[in-house]
Amino acid sequence: MPGLNTTSTADISFMLLIFFLITTSMDTAKGLARRLPKPPDPDQEDAIMDIKARNILYVRINAAGRLWVEDEVNGPGYPDIRELRPRVKEFIKNEQNLNKWPEKHVKNIELLGNCYVTDKHVISVQTDRGTPYDMYFQVQNELVAAYNELRNEVSKEKFGRLFESLSPEEKAAIRQYYPQNISEAEPKKYGGDK
Amino acid sequence: MGFKKKERRGMPEMNTSSLPDLIFSILFFFMMVTTMREVTLLVKVVPPAGTELEKLEKKSVVSHIFVGPPADNMRAQYGNSTRIQINDRYIGDVREIMDFVAAERQRMSNQAEQIINIKADKGTQMGYITDIKEVLRKSWALRINYTAVQRK
Repeated sequence: MPGLNTTSTADISFMLLIFFLITTSMDTAKGLARRLPKPPDPDQEDAIMDIKARNILYVRINAAGRLWVEDEVNGPGYPDIRELRPRVKEFIKNEQNLNKWPEKHVKNIELLGNCYVTDKHVISVQTDRGTPYDMYFQVQNELVAAYNELRNEVSKEKFGRLFESLSPEEKAAIRQYYPQNISEAEPKKYGGDK
Repeated sequence: MGFKKKERRGMPEMNTSSLPDLIFSILFFFMMVTTMREVTLLVKVVPPAGTELEKLEKKSVVSHIFVGPPADNMRAQYGNSTRIQINDRYIGDVREIMDFVAAERQRMSNQAEQIINIKADKGTQMGYITDIKEVLRKSWALRINYTAVQRK
């Protein structure tokens, strides 16, 4: 028997290849992962009112995309977006244990032992309906960057490695040391509808 | 004159029997690294740029919401104002996202891991995003992701 003629197999597979090239896309989706708070409980309103003023860092972005930051030590001000990250970091860290920055207390964390943490701090982000999304995203990015840098610092100190390369248990411990407390309360509705 | 003799013999035909295998391996490579395009974008999105981005690992648990001005070919009909797209159409009311989230959750095997990806244009006003976030909270879709491109 003569061998099967397979000259056209190449053409067929070429056609399949071209079909897949057209119908698929190679873009690897990347983005900033966030977690939304649980839906509000009707019985328990304005929980933010119970937080001590010293524990809150207010970050507001107005409709013009201008940043406004206030805490008890520095007072209110209009910083540049590049100043936000160091400010958030020193606020969360509260190295000198100032009584106008987040309160520190001893917390027993598995793998880390007794730590002096500021886990009661809250960063309150407020936007206007007209705030440009880009500005909001940049602020979120800076906040996440600040937390990532703090977590890297403490994981280097405790485990000698970057946060990324830690085991899940170690990561959980670091997350307890520096929990992400970003609150996005209902935005102000001044300035008309939509 | 042996040189001339050689030339008269001509080139032997090239063996192409391994060509299909070669093409098949390219095909399989592309099938693995690419994903099927699920929806056609009806909105024009220029995502913001960030530095702290993570890759969306499990594609099977991700659902997309697109926000932005209508695409060029839709502009004549829908104008320039921001639209929200889910599946293959614009939604009239943000509350439709609730049904969308529930339907998407239904088809997932690991429902607790559901991620909603918000792919929004950087010029969008926050009002739209805030509305979407409120609806997502109410439908207990708490893990979200803002699509962005890597900066520097």
